[in-house]
Amino acid sequence: MDLKTLTYIVVGATFALYLGIAFWARAGSTGEFYVAGGGIHPIANGMATGADWMSAASFISMAGLIAYNGYGASLFLMGWTGGYVLLAMLLAPYLRKFGKFTVPEFIGDRFYSNTARIVAVICLILASITYVIGQMKGVGVAFSRFLEVDYDTGLYIGMALVFFYATLGGMKGITYTQIAQYVVLIFAYTIPAIFISMNLTGNPLPQLGLGSTMADGSGMTLLAKLNLVVTELGFKEYTTQTIAGRLDMFVYTLSLMIGTAGLPHVIVRFFTVPKVSDARSSAGWALVFIAILYTTAPAVGAMARLNLHATIQTGEIGSPEGNLSYEERPQWFKNWEKTGLLQFEDKNGDGRIQYYNDKNPEMAAKAEGFGWKGNEMVKVDRDIIVLANPEIAKLPHWVIALVAAGGLAAALSTAAGLLLAISSAISHDLLKGVFMKGISEKSELRAGRISMAGAIVVAGYLGLNPPGFAAGTVAIAFGLAGASIFPALMLGIFYKRMNKEGAIAGMIAGISVTMLYVFQHKGILFIKGTEFLGDLGPNWFLGIQPNAFGAIGAIVNFAVAIMVAKMTVEPPQHIQDLVESIRTPRGAGGATH
Amino acid sequence: MEKPQGSGDAYWRATLGLLTTVLIIWFVVSFGFGIILQPMLDSIMLGGYPLGFWFAQQGSIYIFVALIFYYAHRMGQIDREHDVHED
Repeated sequence: MDLKTLTYIVVGATFALYLGIAFWARAGSTGEFYVAGGGIHPIANGMATGADWMSAASFISMAGLIAYNGYGASLFLMGWTGGYVLLAMLLAPYLRKFGKFTVPEFIGDRFYSNTARIVAVICLILASITYVIGQMKGVGVAFSRFLEVDYDTGLYIGMALVFFYATLGGMKGITYTQIAQYVVLIFAYTIPAIFISMNLTGNPLPQLGLGSTMADGSGMTLLAKLNLVVTELGFKEYTTQTIAGRLDMFVYTLSLMIGTAGLPHVIVRFFTVPKVSDARSSAGWALVFIAILYTTAPAVGAMARLNLHATIQTGEIGSPEGNLSYEERPQWFKNWEKTGLLQFEDKNGDGRIQYYNDKNPEMAAKAEGFGWKGNEMVKVDRDIIVLANPEIAKLPHWVIALVAAGGLAAALSTAAGLLLAISSAISHDLLKGVFMKGISEKSELRAGRISMAGAIVVAGYLGLNPPGFAAGTVAIAFGLAGASIFPALMLGIFYKRMNKEGAIAGMIAGISVTMLYVFQHKGILFIKGTEFLGDLGPNWFLGIQPNAFGAIGAIVNFAVAIMVAKMTVEPPQHIQDLVESIRTPRGAGGATH
Repeated sequence: MEKPQGSGDAYWRATLGLLTTVLIIWFVVSFGFGIILQPMLDSIMLGGYPLGFWFAQQGSIYIFVALIFYYAHRMGQIDREHDVHED
């Protein structure tokens, strides 16, 4: 059977599964719509959280980032997992005890203020919308590459599918579909990795393979070999290179960690378990399921980089026969050239491919001696690493079809979780909470479905007309959530004296500082030409890149909130009692509104 | 600032104590071993992995998982000791 038919069958089967689950898990009440009725088993919720959390960025882009940034990309690995420790200990159990439906609802009640609630809604929507655009793009890209339909059509199909299961089932439908999507994506990710690890090192476990000796008889470890291969071509040493220095790495990791703990679509997943103790263990299960992919990714990245260089640099560097002849390039090379994600330009006209770092002066000088006229792999899109991996390793067609289904599962599951967070902020926090307090449960459920539909249309529109900044902003979404929502929640639980004045001032200060820093380097509202400081290392505050600034925003948030709270009156007694009550597990009922 | 609340206070102190322990380990394995001390630790090999690199790309994640389950387990004990557990 040819690859295209097989891909249609595999992707079609997974979609039929998601739709079947959605039909079976229809939501009949607001409790089911917002928090799946509150009866999800902690392991099941952990699995759903895994899919909710791991987006197109984790599935498609992360291994590519690792392949090209080596050790430096560890900040994504530690940042996107370490946040769960914070979530499990600082937020999830207490918010579960509080027992309401949304994150802004907690902020509104704890700080006895609708203003605080509305500020939280705005922060939530800013962070979630930036994040959801990336997912919609992921859906469109996966469709256009694997099913050969165009990007727009792919996006419409994805939107229709999410529309069906998210509006019908709300959180309940999303939970059970996410469990199915987790299973699909984890198989799609690990199976090719196992094959490749087996080929290169003889060890089927990628986590061990990465630390093993090469199976090529050279006696070198895989990482030592990779270091040698890349440094000989003038690239930075794989196991020690950083992206923008060690301080930036430290701050960036911290930003991603607190952003992870502060992203509302992840937090609400812990409102769906029956008990406070379940919220604690469920965070552990979530991280187990996430760690399966996150500990595999470094192996995928390193091994793909090694395979790619081995394919092109077939012999000794500098010898006339040492480089792959363009005529003899493998089929996957041709396939990806068609998409424009891989581009070759024969600069010295020898018909062979030279792939090296021509920005490195020492290497450039050496290359001139070989008659090379610059790096000829003018474009190697990082996203190829995961998507082309099965083809590079010559794996069977069904594995390639599975990777397509896995990429779609990762993007769809995260999009659905984000859309639910956005729509419940509108129907529950803005309508029911502030503007239409008397609304009946039935009308609220209808309002929830309508705002879900509205959110899908907006997300789809932004996916079809992506603002120029879309690609690089997933990291900024973490900065925004980390600088606004995380400190407000933490202070609300751990600092009884925190009052509404402090919390509101803190959230506004945190998110403003972060946005200003991003804007001054990337342009106001990302419009090119309006940046008043260039987006270059020397202009960065202490060398910290804008994507990493959420941690600084969070520190500002904490400082402003505590200062303002000390200067203003302490919160009323019933609020202090509320804080006492969320700190102890006993008496946690089902989530109510 | 906060009124003493008998057993409630002791429970909260125990919770914060556990929290501090876990956060110290969390910080040491990731920011400590994985980032600040990575250049030093890389001179030690763990199989084919330089140790600092291993902490940054593998070890810290395994330890995070263990930390959460340890925390959940210890909190369950603390809840029962102070009689604030559910059910």
